[in-house]
Amino acid sequence: MSLVIEQLLNGLTIGSFYALIALGYSMVYGVMKLINFAHGDLFALGSYLGYTLLVMGTAYVTSILGIWGGMIAAMLVAAIGSGVMGLLVERIAYRPIYPTGRLPAVVSALGVSIFLQNAIMVVWGARPQAYTSDVIPSNILTIGGLRINILQIIILFLSFLLMGILYYIIQKTTFGAAIRACALDRETAALMGININLIIFFIFALGPALGGTAGVMVGVYYRRISFIMGWNYGLKAFTATILGGIGNIPGAMIGGLILGVLEMLGSTYISTPYKDVFVFLVLILVLIFRPRGILGEKVAEKV
Amino acid sequence: MNINNKTSQSAGIKITNNWFAILVSLLFLLFPLVIKNNYFIDVAFFFGIYTLLGLSLNIVLGEVGLFDLGHMGFAAIGAYTTAILNTSFGIPIFVLLPISAIAAAIFAYLVTSPIIHLRGDYLCIVTIGMGEIVRLTLINNPFGITGGPNGVFGIDFPSIGNLLIIDNSVKFYYFIWVAVGLTVLALIHLQDSRIGRAWNCIREDIIAAEASGIDVRYYKLLAFVLGAALAGVAGSIYASKLMIVSPESFSFMESCMLFCIVLIGGMGSIPGIFIGAAAISLFPEIFQTFAQYRMLIFGAALVLMMMFRPGGVWPRKRGKLSTESMLIKAGKSEI
Amino acid sequence: MKNQIEENGNKTISSIDREIVLETNKLTKRFGGLVAVNQIDLKVSKGKISSIIGPNGAGKTTVFNVITGIYQPDDGQYFFKGEKISNLKPHQILSKGIARTFQNIRLFKGMTCLENVMSGQHARSKSGIWPSIFRLPSQTLEEKKIQEIAERRLKQVGLSDHKYELAKNIAYGSQRMLEIARALASNPDLLILDEPSSGLNDKESEDLVNFLNELIKEDLTILLIEHDMNVVMGISDWVTVMDEGKKIAEGKPEEVYSNPIVIEAYLGKEEEEEN
Repeated sequence: MSLVIEQLLNGLTIGSFYALIALGYSMVYGVMKLINFAHGDLFALGSYLGYTLLVMGTAYVTSILGIWGGMIAAMLVAAIGSGVMGLLVERIAYRPIYPTGRLPAVVSALGVSIFLQNAIMVVWGARPQAYTSDVIPSNILTIGGLRINILQIIILFLSFLLMGILYYIIQKTTFGAAIRACALDRETAALMGININLIIFFIFALGPALGGTAGVMVGVYYRRISFIMGWNYGLKAFTATILGGIGNIPGAMIGGLILGVLEMLGSTYISTPYKDVFVFLVLILVLIFRPRGILGEKVAEKV
Repeated sequence: MNINNKTSQSAGIKITNNWFAILVSLLFLLFPLVIKNNYFIDVAFFFGIYTLLGLSLNIVLGEVGLFDLGHMGFAAIGAYTTAILNTSFGIPIFVLLPISAIAAAIFAYLVTSPIIHLRGDYLCIVTIGMGEIVRLTLINNPFGITGGPNGVFGIDFPSIGNLLIIDNSVKFYYFIWVAVGLTVLALIHLQDSRIGRAWNCIREDIIAAEASGIDVRYYKLLAFVLGAALAGVAGSIYASKLMIVSPESFSFMESCMLFCIVLIGGMGSIPGIFIGAAAISLFPEIFQTFAQYRMLIFGAALVLMMMFRPGGVWPRKRGKLSTESMLIKAGKSEI
Repeated sequence: MKNQIEENGNKTISSIDREIVLETNKLTKRFGGLVAVNQIDLKVSKGKISSIIGPNGAGKTTVFNVITGIYQPDDGQYFFKGEKISNLKPHQILSKGIARTFQNIRLFKGMTCLENVMSGQHARSKSGIWPSIFRLPSQTLEEKKIQEIAERRLKQVGLSDHKYELAKNIAYGSQRMLEIARALASNPDLLILDEPSSGLNDKESEDLVNFLNELIKEDLTILLIEHDMNVVMGISDWVTVMDEGKKIAEGKPEEVYSNPIVIEAYLGKEEEEEN
C-alpha cells in the first residue's frame, strides 16, 4: 500500500513537470497553431540557468538565501531567462516566417531547437552536469512507514500553485478570455479589438517561463541534467498536450499529470524498460479513440 | 497539325531535361574514378543514403502532405530485418533487400491503418510516437533478438556468389547510387500518373479530392506503404555497409533531419531532395573544423533558410507534363 | 471493372423509373441542437435543371454535402437512379455518377488547370501502382485518353489557353469554370453546382447561364443552389425553396416566384438582414 502511494506521488511529481512544460506547448499551439519544437530546449535552458546560479557559484547564493531561498531564486532566474529567450525566439525565428505558412514555421522551430540545444552544449559542455547535494534540500518525513521527501511535496505544491494561477488567468480574467478567443479564431479576435501582439508576447514569455521553472525542479529532483534533456522532456510534455487536448489549458495540466502517473504505474506494474513504450501506446490509443484528446471538444468540419 | 506543333515544343524541353539528367548521372558515375579518397567516397555514400531516405519521406510528406516525424522507424524495421535474418540465418543481403522492404511496408500498413484518418499535427504526433516505440523496443532487446542498445553486428557484405561482392567503399558507393537512380526513375513516372496526381490532390485540398472520386484513405496508405518500403531498402543497405545496426541511428532527431531534407529542397520536388540530402549529409563534413559549433550553425541556417526561401531551394515546377511527348509518340504509333 | 458492372446493373433498374434521377426521403441532418436539414423530400428529374433556393442558413449546402457523402445524414435515405446511396463515401458517390462543385471554390490550387481536370477523371481510370511505375503501354494509353478528355473539357469552358497555368493564378470567374470542368471530367449523370454564379459579374453570369443551357443538351442532369434570381429564372425547370432547414415550396420557376409563402420567407428575410 505504501508503495502504491509512493509511486502515485512520484508519478504526480513527474506529471507536474510534464504539465508545466505542456502548458507552454498548448498556449503557443492554441494561439499560433505552431508546434514550438524549441520549447523543450527552453526548459533545458532554465535547468542550466538554475544550475549556474546554484552550483557554479559554489553555493554562494545558497549560503545567503538559505537552501529553500536559493531554490526559489534559481526558479525565478530560470523563469526570467527562459521567458526572455522565448520572446527572442518568437521575434527572430517565428514572426518573420509565420506568414509564409505552417510548414516553414515548423522547420524553423526545429532549427531553433537544434540551435538552442547546441548552444547549451557549447556553453556548459557536452557532459551531463549535476545539481550538487549542498544546494538541494532533502528532508525525509516518515509518516507511519511512509517515507516522503519534503522536496517532493514542495515541488508539487509550487507546480500546482503555478498551474492554479495560470488557470485563474486563462479561465477567469478578461485577458484570459482574450487568449481563449485567439485560440478559437485569431482573425475574428483581432477584428474584435483584441491586441494579438500583446497575447503573443504573453504566451511566448509565460510558456517558457513555466518551462524554465520546471527545468530547475527537474534539476533539484533528479540532480542530473544534460543538454539533450530538452528533447526527452519536450516530447513527453507534447504528448501530454495532445493527451489533454491541444490548445486546451486545463487539458494540458490534466494530460501532464495523467502521463506522469501512467509512466510510473507502467514502470512499476508492467516493465521499467518498456515504460516509455507504454506511454506512447496510450497516446496512440487515445488519438485513435478520442482524437481531440481528453478535454478537447469535437469540432464539426466546415465545408 | 496541332500535334506537330506540340511535338517540336516538348521535344525541345525534353532534350534540355535529358542533358541535365545525363550530366548529373555522369558526375555521379565518374566521382569515385576521379576522387580516390575513400573518406570522400564514404561521405558520398551517406549522401546517397540520405537521398534515398529523403525520397522515401518525400512520398509521404512532399507528395501527400502528411506530417511524418517518425519515418526513421520504417528504416529501422528494414535495417533490423536485414541484420537479424542475415546474422541468425545467413540469408544473403540481396535476398534480404526486398524482404526488408516488404517488412517495413507491412509494418507501415499495420501501424498507419488505424490512424490514417488523423489530420495534420495529430498524425504528426502519432508518427513521432510510432518512431519512438520502434526505437525503444529495439533498445529493450525483445526476445533477445535486437541486441539492445549495442545493436546487431557482424552483418555480411552484399554478394551474389563469387560473381559480385560489394566489399569496399567504391562498390558501396555505386550500390547506393544505382538504388537512388532507379528510385528516381520510378518516382518521376509516378509523379505524372493518376496516382501522383491523386496524392497531390489530397495535399492541395482533401475534401475536393474526395469529391473528385479519390479514395483518400487508400492513397494515403499507399504513400505510407511505399515510403516505408523505400526507407526499408535504405535501412537494409545502411546495415550492410556499416555491418552493425544500433537503435541510436534511428532516433527522433534523425527523423527530424529527414523532415528538413524535404523542406529544404521543396515539397514534392525530386531535385530538391538531392539538395536537401546534400545539405544534411555534407554540412557537418564541410564544417568539421568548427567541430562543436557545426550543429549550432546548422540550426541557425535552417531558420535563415525558412526566412528567405520558405518554399525550398528547388520547388517542383508545374507546367507541361513529362508524359506529353510520350503521349504524342503513342498517338503517332496508333496512326 | 466491378464498378462498371454495377453501373450497368443500375441502368436497368433506373429504366423502370426513368424520370427521377435523384430522390431524397425525409433527409435530416443535425449539428448539435440545430436541425440544419429537416425531413427534406427532393426529386430531381432526368435531363432537367433543378434549383434549390432559399435565404442564407436555410440548409441548402448541407443538403448537397449530405447527398455527396461529405456529411452523414442523421435520418432519411437518398436514392440515385433507383439505388440507395445513403452512407456512401464521397469518392464512391462520385463513382456512381454524381459530381459537384463547391460554394467557396475548392480547386487543387498548386496544380495546373490541366492537372485539375485530369484529376477529375480519377474514378474513371484504373492504372495501378506497377503500370504507373513502369509506364506500361496500358497506362500510357489511359493517360493519353485522360489528357484528351481533359483538354476537351477545358476547351468547353474556354480555358484551353490556360491549361499549363496554376489553378490559383487564373481569374476568379475562370476558377469557377475550371471547377465545373473538373466535375464534368468524371462524366457524371448528375452535376451538382453550389452557387456557381456567386462572385461573378453580370457578363460572366450571363455566360454561365448560356453555358448551362448548352450543357444540359448533353446526357446530363443538373441540380444547383443559386442566389441570383436572374440565373434561377433563366435556366431552371424546377425550383425547390428551403427555409430554416425545411422545404417550404416547389414548382416551376414562375409558380414559385409568385408564391406568397416564398416571397415572405425569402424576401422578408433579406429585408431583415438589410435592416
